Amino acid sequence: MNNLAIVWAGIIAFIIIMYIILDGFDLGIGIISILFDSSHDRDLMVTTIAPVWDGNQTWLVFAGAALYGAFPLAFGMIMPSIYTPIIIMIVALIFRGVSFEFRLKSGKSKKMWEISFFVGSLIATVVQGIILGTFLQGFNNITTMHLKNHLAWLNLFNIATSFLLISSYILLGSNWLIYKTVNSLQSKCYKISTAIQYPLGFLLIVLSLWTPFLNDRIYERWFKSEDFVYLLFLPIGAVMFWIGHWHALRQKLELAPFLTSIGIFILCYIGFLISLFPYIVPGKLTFMDAAANTSTLKFMLIGFCIIIPFLLLHTFNAYYLFKGKVTEKLGY
Amino acid sequence: MFDLTLISRLQFAFTISFHIIFPAFSISMALFICIMEANWLRTKDIIYLKICKFWNKIFALTFGMGVVSGIVMEFQLGTNWGGFASSVGGVLGALFTYEVMTAFFVEAGFLGIMIFGWDKVGARLHFFATLCVSLGTTLSAFWILCANTWMQHPVAYQQIHDRFFTTSWVTILSNPLLMPRFIHMMLASYISGALVISSVCAFYLIKKQHQLFSKKCFSFVWMCLLILLPIQILIGDVTGIKVLEYQPLKTAAMEGIWESGPGQPLRLLAIPSQQQQKNSFELEIPKLASLINTHDLNGYMIGLKSVPPKDQPHMLPVFYSFRIMVGIGLLLLLMAIIALYLRIRGQLFDNPWFLKLCVISSPLGFIALWCGWITAEIGRQPWIVYNLIRTVDAGADISAYHVVTCFVLIIIVYAVVFGYFYFYYLNKILVNGPELDVTDALSEPFSYMHPDNGDKHQ
Repeated sequence: MNNLAIVWAGIIAFIIIMYIILDGFDLGIGIISILFDSSHDRDLMVTTIAPVWDGNQTWLVFAGAALYGAFPLAFGMIMPSIYTPIIIMIVALIFRGVSFEFRLKSGKSKKMWEISFFVGSLIATVVQGIILGTFLQGFNNITTMHLKNHLAWLNLFNIATSFLLISSYILLGSNWLIYKTVNSLQSKCYKISTAIQYPLGFLLIVLSLWTPFLNDRIYERWFKSEDFVYLLFLPIGAVMFWIGHWHALRQKLELAPFLTSIGIFILCYIGFLISLFPYIVPGKLTFMDAAANTSTLKFMLIGFCIIIPFLLLHTFNAYYLFKGKVTEKLGY
Repeated sequence: MFDLTLISRLQFAFTISFHIIFPAFSISMALFICIMEANWLRTKDIIYLKICKFWNKIFALTFGMGVVSGIVMEFQLGTNWGGFASSVGGVLGALFTYEVMTAFFVEAGFLGIMIFGWDKVGARLHFFATLCVSLGTTLSAFWILCANTWMQHPVAYQQIHDRFFTTSWVTILSNPLLMPRFIHMMLASYISGALVISSVCAFYLIKKQHQLFSKKCFSFVWMCLLILLPIQILIGDVTGIKVLEYQPLKTAAMEGIWESGPGQPLRLLAIPSQQQQKNSFELEIPKLASLINTHDLNGYMIGLKSVPPKDQPHMLPVFYSFRIMVGIGLLLLLMAIIALYLRIRGQLFDNPWFLKLCVISSPLGFIALWCGWITAEIGRQPWIVYNLIRTVDAGADISAYHVVTCFVLIIIVYAVVFGYFYFYYLNKILVNGPELDVTDALSEPFSYMHPDNGDKHQ
């Protein structure tokens, strides 16, 4: 039972990082779309993700369903605790999602759906940052406080994590566009990526230093652990990826900035998981205690093992079919 | 101040009522496009391609709405029903996970090809993509029905403290109520979609527009409806018998029965009063309810009074939603027979009153579908998992302030996005019509699809 719970914790961790990377660049494109004056540029930006965004967002649905099935207690505890952020995120994702469809069909109102695309993407990102911050701070404060203080989730640390996520998604989106576009659109994205990498680096350092002092549990995990030396590889690796990213942008490489930025985020994410382990609801519920029974975990795992190769294959296939530079807009 | 359970129930009912339209419509649209694309591959008749491409636009728009409104459904199960999630997540969550893996990713993976891929892949691969999307929508419905059927009739469960798990997944997948309900739902989706197609084509026929296109679709859907409706009524009957067997109280509420007894009359109309535990008015046909539900004139049926009031479902909404559903079903069957008669007489495409009837009948399928679900879900009350967990115990520990605020937000957003703009853009596609030069489209893909094109026609 314990092994299966660990396996499912790993699978869900994998699903969430897939979501962060894949929908991260969709949301990032939504956020930076406001910086482009020409409607044609925005059409091209949307075209680079139009055939794949739905699949990218499905990883979020997958994360929810897997958490529901494998760790029902955690799902039942986490979701009500972050009630308002979750509903706001979903509403923002509604606006982001329908903008894809509606902007293709609208005439005069196209501007409206472009704004809705931007606002939806931005708010979804901000809320995901707040949720990240809540996980790092622990739910102890939030759950009890939200009954008395309705805006408990809106604190300084959560604002910092929101800015972290905004800059992360902007970087992913901008790097994706560097890879998928040419000419003036591409050069503008080089500028955006170059500019955003500094605040991103700064926020990562600040939050990495801030997080251990949030509570003793995370402090001891990082600084009193025998594995401290090994844990050092994470920040060192992240710094090296950051330098690689900086260098790749200077060299005007096209795919390398995207890949190195993914490298940064994967290492940071591992750091986040280490801070959380073994809790699934920080400070309250370990994933062992939250897990469903063996029968459920096995049943889900069998399906997962059979289906995941096909799933990755046709996800890859969808990207492969729409590979190459985007130079004209796509519609139906 | 607020009844939290009631607000959460209203919120769920509101969001799912909007949501269900989109997947139900997508299910039928995907199958319809699939059949038409098969015809295109088989006959190489360009009209079929035109049909595919036109309904493809509507499918894309509708499917998008289904995706974004579906996320609400999933997270709401945790946010508003945290207690429910904690106790039965080990059963239902696994089914939802299978839904995501076998349906959502298949749909998402092939949707891009289906919508944007006409010139990117060959005709056969495109057909394969459409087939996969159609299969995905079907599987999605299967897993959801599987989860809902377990809530209606929990089988193979094992209780550990206040958490429920299953002893056998095979038993859950072979729940005796599952197959009739799944087929009933699929047919309901097909019929609802067919009525929309019929309505659009009838409108074009009245306006004397897109004649060839409309005749092909119109003729096809009424042929389908003639076959589907009798099967649907038969499956409905099978489902009814199963419901009587496993949830007799729901049947009692559907038929307006308070007192148990043999030879129950069919109450065509009634004014049920939950307080007085009787109907204050009844219009009945003797013994017919027993005949319909038990296939025996003197069949014994239990009434709501066989259990204390706190275990009874609320009769009024169940009784009337059931009647509206059945009424619409019979009305549609009559229309299908009229269509057959007109077809034999060679007047299917030019009988003005039948065409007008078709235009206004477009929402009937969805209304029947809503009513069917209202019957099923309110008929299950006061239980969220039948006879195991009460709905009032399933809520989450949340503040009413948050729930009410978010519910208001959701209502506004749904009204604007789904209630207004979805229909606005749907209408726009319909007004533009399938009028595209298919030969041009083949040589220069996407040229006709530019977003701005919509405005030129205005």
